[in-house]
Amino acid sequence: MSTCSVSKGCFVFKPSPKKRRVSQKTAVHFSEGKNDLEDSELRFYTCQSLWNQIKLETEQIQEDLNKQLLDNLVSFLGRSHSEFQGKTTDWTCRMKSREIPTAALVLGVNVTDHELTFRNLSEALQNITPYIALLEAKDCPGIKNLMQKLMGQLMNCSTDVVSLEDDDYVQVSQNRIRCSMKSVVDWYESVTKKTDSETLSKKRTSSAKHQQSPPVVVIFKDMESFTTKVLQDFIVISSQHIRELPLVLIFGIATSPMIIHSLLPHSVSSLLCIELFQSFSCKEHLSTIIDKLLLTSRFPFKLGEKVLQVLINIFLYHDFSVWNFIRGFQLCIVEHFYSEPLSVLCCQLTDAKKRVNSLSHEQCENVRRLPSFRRYVERQEAEKQIALLTADSFLKETTQKLLEDLHVYHENYVSVLKCLHVFTCSLPKYPLGKQIRELHCACLENRVWETEDYETSLQLARMLNKSDLETMLQQCVEILVSSSGNELDKAVEKLKEFLTQFQKLEAEAFQEQDVSVSSQKELQKKTDLYHLQKTLLELKDSRRSKKLTKFEMLRFEVVDYIDSLVRRYLVPADHKTLHEIVYFNTASVLRGHLNAAPRIALHTALNNPYSYLKNQALKCDSGSISSKAPDICIVYKLHLECGRLINLVDWLEAFSTVVTAVDEPNADAASSDQVDDIIHARFIRAVSELELLGFIKPSKQKTDHVARLTWGGC
Amino acid sequence: MSTTPYRLRNRLTVHYLESGSEYSSSCSEEDEENQKEDNTVSSGQKTPEKMKAASTLPPSSTLAKKNKESKMSNLVEEYFEAHSSSKVLTSDRTLQKLRRRRLSQQTLRDLLKKAPLAYAAEITELNQLHESLFSKWMLQLHLGFNIVLYGLGSKRDLLEKFRTSLLQDSVHLVVNGYFPSITVRSILNSITEEVLDHIGTFRSPLDQLDFIIERFKEDSSLELYVLIHNLDSQMLRGERSQQILAQLSSLPHIYLIASVDHINAPLMWDQAKLSLYNWLWYETTTFSPYVEETSYENSLLVQQSGSLALSSLTHVLRSLTLNARGIFRLLAQYQLENKDNPSYPGLSFQDFYQQCREAFLVNSDLTLRAQLTEFRDHKLIRTKRGADGVEYLLIPVDDSTLTDFLDKEDEDV
Repeated sequence: MSTCSVSKGCFVFKPSPKKRRVSQKTAVHFSEGKNDLEDSELRFYTCQSLWNQIKLETEQIQEDLNKQLLDNLVSFLGRSHSEFQGKTTDWTCRMKSREIPTAALVLGVNVTDHELTFRNLSEALQNITPYIALLEAKDCPGIKNLMQKLMGQLMNCSTDVVSLEDDDYVQVSQNRIRCSMKSVVDWYESVTKKTDSETLSKKRTSSAKHQQSPPVVVIFKDMESFTTKVLQDFIVISSQHIRELPLVLIFGIATSPMIIHSLLPHSVSSLLCIELFQSFSCKEHLSTIIDKLLLTSRFPFKLGEKVLQVLINIFLYHDFSVWNFIRGFQLCIVEHFYSEPLSVLCCQLTDAKKRVNSLSHEQCENVRRLPSFRRYVERQEAEKQIALLTADSFLKETTQKLLEDLHVYHENYVSVLKCLHVFTCSLPKYPLGKQIRELHCACLENRVWETEDYETSLQLARMLNKSDLETMLQQCVEILVSSSGNELDKAVEKLKEFLTQFQKLEAEAFQEQDVSVSSQKELQKKTDLYHLQKTLLELKDSRRSKKLTKFEMLRFEVVDYIDSLVRRYLVPADHKTLHEIVYFNTASVLRGHLNAAPRIALHTALNNPYSYLKNQALKCDSGSISSKAPDICIVYKLHLECGRLINLVDWLEAFSTVVTAVDEPNADAASSDQVDDIIHARFIRAVSELELLGFIKPSKQKTDHVARLTWGGC
Repeated sequence: MSTTPYRLRNRLTVHYLESGSEYSSSCSEEDEENQKEDNTVSSGQKTPEKMKAASTLPPSSTLAKKNKESKMSNLVEEYFEAHSSSKVLTSDRTLQKLRRRRLSQQTLRDLLKKAPLAYAAEITELNQLHESLFSKWMLQLHLGFNIVLYGLGSKRDLLEKFRTSLLQDSVHLVVNGYFPSITVRSILNSITEEVLDHIGTFRSPLDQLDFIIERFKEDSSLELYVLIHNLDSQMLRGERSQQILAQLSSLPHIYLIASVDHINAPLMWDQAKLSLYNWLWYETTTFSPYVEETSYENSLLVQQSGSLALSSLTHVLRSLTLNARGIFRLLAQYQLENKDNPSYPGLSFQDFYQQCREAFLVNSDLTLRAQLTEFRDHKLIRTKRGADGVEYLLIPVDDSTLTDFLDKEDEDV
């Protein structure tokens, strides 16, 4: 069946049921279309399990971050309608009860991340009340739709509870009852009465779970996108019924709490009793994610510097969306396992060692082809070189050792990086960045100790005061102790030694003070001008060439020691042998897929077709218009020379001039107005293609003119 | 954020030192597009690796980018120059004066068939490059991404090839976005009616969408591939349509692969829609002509094919009485006589009645009115009320069709 038709735009193809593959395995596509089938199944399996682990981890992280917020909200809900239960006649309560308790939830601009938060939220609220409605702006263009959605959600959830117990409960279709607040109230009364009687009959065994009259929670997911009218109407109407219906509103806010007051007039906002809740910021979230996913030896897969930079740039300059970051991370994993045959070794160390043993000869060759491995071979002695290049078994042995080295390197790297960050994150002006991710990038990029920024930060570190230095050392000790690497035990001891020395200094400090006091006394004693000058000069001299105080000496020592740790452990990853197995480094692929620039691609294709069509005839400088270029390119370049409006006749003429320029240089002058049919047709096609691409549109300002729509190239 | 990110700050300071004057312009560009930001990076300063990364990006040339960079400022000036005055300086020549003014759709097609496709070998080479990615696309579709293709040239054939080579054994839906009367509703209808075999109607597209989502959630064995040619077409680019399509594509068992061509296509999507779509972008420049895509287009240069209007005219009139045909003829002739008058309002009812009486076609204005009602019902004429309250009659068909019609009538008689 063809998909061209003048009467239809949609075509469904259903293969006959017996032919239909029930569910094609994704793994099939993983190995399809590639020449190297080595371990593709295992690779795919590793990839999937790794991704699942990471996904679980990220969800866990978000849940943990949300916990505080959710707890606060839950307690707020409990408080909000306590008077409704108590039926107190207190005057303040009654005044207050006219207002609708409202929680304003400031979630930040990364709207796309909120989905999970709301899911967690409604789960958490289930413990308090079964009556929860989640509303989104796109479903509620009018108050009628809103009420419909609201009732639909509320009544459905109530039937879930009830229908289990009594079958004679008639489920009323939401179409038949009129959607009004009154019917919601009626419904609520009937439902609570029922549960009341039930709980009574059950002698209040289950009453602990749900209160007698659980509140009805209405969540507005994206408050800013609701129409003001709808919101106002809803609030005014429901405030009329607040005494019969314990309603609680939750506003999801992306910008700032001020938006409530700019969206709602005072008369409406005074009906709300608003309490503010602040969720964690997306920046914090990202830091936690990076900390838990990248700066850990739990996951064998690592991101290269440029890749990480691309992901962080997308986050910072485009969307602030952590979800997108994770999605990019997923893409990295898939790409890595898909394109790198040796990624089969990208797993936990013990598994990797086993897998090395079962590598095929082809895979061994792949190992030998790795640039980092070749560098490694060149550094070996001659006979070892031969063994590495010829004997597979020896190669496997070495590979195992190298993988272990790599693993140890990672463990040490992370702890030392954290230590260095402790030092650099509080320096003035943050020469190495405030966040640990910036430091991480800098370390991955090249030898960090060769950079200028590192030099300045060391100098600044040499001016730290004692108490800061001590707390930093303390923190470093904690980090190093908690790390699993045993190589760093020595470092821990050394740092502890520094700490004790600092404490010793304190004792000695008294004596020094005495010395300085006595010298001052000396100054006061001598009144003679000559002597005074002399002593002052002496003092100055001694200060200039002053041998450092013990504290300063110690400080230098500490900084030098940290420096030595950095030089030893923070070697960039691409200096390590076999780093290609665990590091994903092709940033261009990632950028192309996630952050594409369609306009630039289009512009390049039109302006310089040679970059796509590798034909020598097309090779020319971009300034002139070549007659050999595809029609659309010629037409495009001609249109760039025009102003706001383009005369079609002139354009056509210019086109035919360019096209015929080389073909028939001695063309008939007389037939200049009789354009060749085919050229005319080609011109028409090119112009309508440009119209499809959005460069021009027909204009009514002047007959046979089109308007140009783009300025500034691409 | 309390301070500017470290990287950005670094970059800015370097920039500032090197080219103080460009500082503000490069700074404002930063947030617009990452690509642009890369340009500013690679423009002058230290990062040769970045340049390398950019040039390894398939063929996008850094040359063009550099050009753009230097031209940037005067292109902006050009824009304001062109829009500063309402006067446009172009020649007054019109297509009327050319010998061959307009080609009909059919002759255009025939002519283009004669013209050989330039660089066919290179184009097939390009296509083969894209075709090698098919299995990767399938993999990524199954992992929850959706795929969007961009780049110059029709991507229809490429997608067709993808469909015929990989999707033969699975349920799939092809949507021609460029089809002039495509709607989201028709897409949803074909899913509910043909894929899910549901009989019945829905009150709104949102209800229909809910139904589809529900069905796909219930039955995890359901799988559907959706191919959309030209997702950015006139009919689908609306906010609501895109919202519905985005929600559809976010279902785990609906795999969407679409193509976009318009230069401003990415502006259709905000962050919320983008995250629903979960796009992976693929550059597939094919340089193939947009044959199908532009065939429905009403181009200025292509003669509006009057054949459909003409045949409907003759069919309707054949079924009428001789007198009625005469009446219509009168009106048509009068309109053709006035075709050079741009402010021709139409024939006033009174004048028309007079003429009809003279030709013995009607005997009272009531019979004429009855006749005109018949014409109006068949949309053969249009009535307009002028400024003086007089009723004017017009045939809403272009002159050439009308001439053809009269010629044909003459032949018949």
